[in-house]
This record gives sequence, structure tokens and C-alpha cells, in this order.
Amino acid sequence: MTVPAPYHLALSAVLFTLGMVGVLVRRSALVVFMSIEVMLNAVNLAFVTFARLRGVVDGQLLVFFVLVVAAVEVVIGLAIIVDVFRAMETVDVDDVDLLRG
Amino acid sequence: MAVLFGGVACLALAGGVGVIASRRPVHSVLALLLVLGSLAVDYLLLDAQFIAVLQLIIYAGAIVVLFVFVIMLLHARSGEVARVPAVLPPAAAIPVCAVFGLMLLVVLTGAAIAPAAVGPAFGTVQEVGRALFSRFLLPFEAASIVLLIGMIGAVVLGKRLPPSPPDAGRPAEGPGEGRSKRRVELR
Repeated sequence: MTVPAPYHLALSAVLFTLGMVGVLVRRSALVVFMSIEVMLNAVNLAFVTFARLRGVVDGQLLVFFVLVVAAVEVVIGLAIIVDVFRAMETVDVDDVDLLRG
Repeated sequence: MAVLFGGVACLALAGGVGVIASRRPVHSVLALLLVLGSLAVDYLLLDAQFIAVLQLIIYAGAIVVLFVFVIMLLHARSGEVARVPAVLPPAAAIPVCAVFGLMLLVVLTGAAIAPAAVGPAFGTVQEVGRALFSRFLLPFEAASIVLLIGMIGAVVLGKRLPPSPPDAGRPAEGPGEGRSKRRVELR
């Protein structure tokens, strides 16, 4: 581990924040989804870093399960986005407000 | 190694900025691919070979392709170019700064422990697979069920409604004028 762990963790923190900014700022549902992927990857990087830091492989297994859940989430989410687009002709998250009270 | 990490970190950050700042979703996907690829290299630096390969196969191979397909389906028809706000709204900036500051604080104060010594087998397919099939067997099987549910859900969501009654499962309005009316009242 030639590069110290705080550098990896700082990269993870910055990437997570970038993803959070994307979720909060962007209005296209697709880009919001990609920002969520960036956040998931930042968390994965933290998991891998801690696995290396502790010398146990469990963190990498957590990354494996995060990958599984992320794949399922993307499949379902993109199917929902396609369905929303069919129904409303838009993927702008500000326009899809039928449930707003 | 430090030079490699510097390059990887710069590429990942550039990709992260590109994801949220690109005007076209295709450019966002390419920036996401840059993030995923550079993080795979970073996993190699952290002795996680198996995870790096998984990252490339699952994320760069499957998820990015899925995004590209959906963009092809949607934006070929809508053809819109998104409006990107130049500045973060202040209501969003406060929690973002708070979370980032908190994470950086934790990173800089708490993580200064020495890394453990690991053997050459750390992070290989053998070691990860052995843990996966012994201690993590139950979550592993549960993951297969989650994947199955995802497949079924995608098929159910992607299935078109039967065409004969034009809007059987929907609310009362017809497909054409109801949709345009809804669009108008949304504007």
C-alpha cells in the first residue's frame, strides 16, 4: 500500500460529494441515476480501502454485494424511467410530480 | 505508484465533474465510464484484483451499456439538451458542504492507522471466492434472488400494455389528448 489510505478516502469523499451535487442539481432522471452510480462507486472505494487497511477481505465482499444491488437498481430504475417517458414524454424529475399534494 | 494514483485520482475527479456538468446525457455516460475505469485502476493499487475486474465487467460492461441504450431510446425521440444550473442552489449547498466537511474530517483524523501486512494472495479470486462460499454463503444466495427479482421486475416494467382497450390500466383520459393535457398543465 504505497499510497496512504487517507488519499484514497479523500478521493472517495470528493467523488461522493460530486455525486450528491449531481443528484441535487441535475433534473434529467438519467443524469441523477449516473450521479447515484458515482456515489455508489465512491462508497465502494472506501470499502476497498478499508479492506486493504485492515488486511481482511470482507470489505471487498461488501463491494461485491454493492455491485449486485447496483446492477439490479439500474435495471429497475431505467425500466421505470422508460415507462415514465412513455407515459409523460419527459424524464425531467421536476415535471414528474403527479404525486405532489 | 504515487504518480499512478495521482493520475487516476485526477481522471476520476474529471469524470465526476463531467457526469454532473455535461449538457448531453451521452457525454455524462462517457464521463461515468471514465470514473469507473479509473476507479478500477485504483482498486488494483489497493490489492483488489478481483473487484477491479468485476468493476470493469459489471459496471463498464453492463451498466454503462444499459445507460447508453436507454439514452438511445429516450433522447433520440425527445432530442433535448438539458439546462444545467451554473451554481448550486443555497438550500442544497449547505448540506453538501456539511457532508463533505464531515467526511473529510473523519478521513483526516481517524484513518491514520498503519495498513496491515497482507500476503500476495490478498484480493485474488481464490481468496474472495473462498470467503464468498463459506462465511458469506447466505448473502451470496440472497444476491442471486435479488438478481432474479430484478430480471422479473425489468420484464414486467418493460412490457407494453395490451393495445386492444387503449388505456385499460390507466386513468380515465384517452392516450392522445390526455397526455397533451397533462403536459400543458404541468408547464
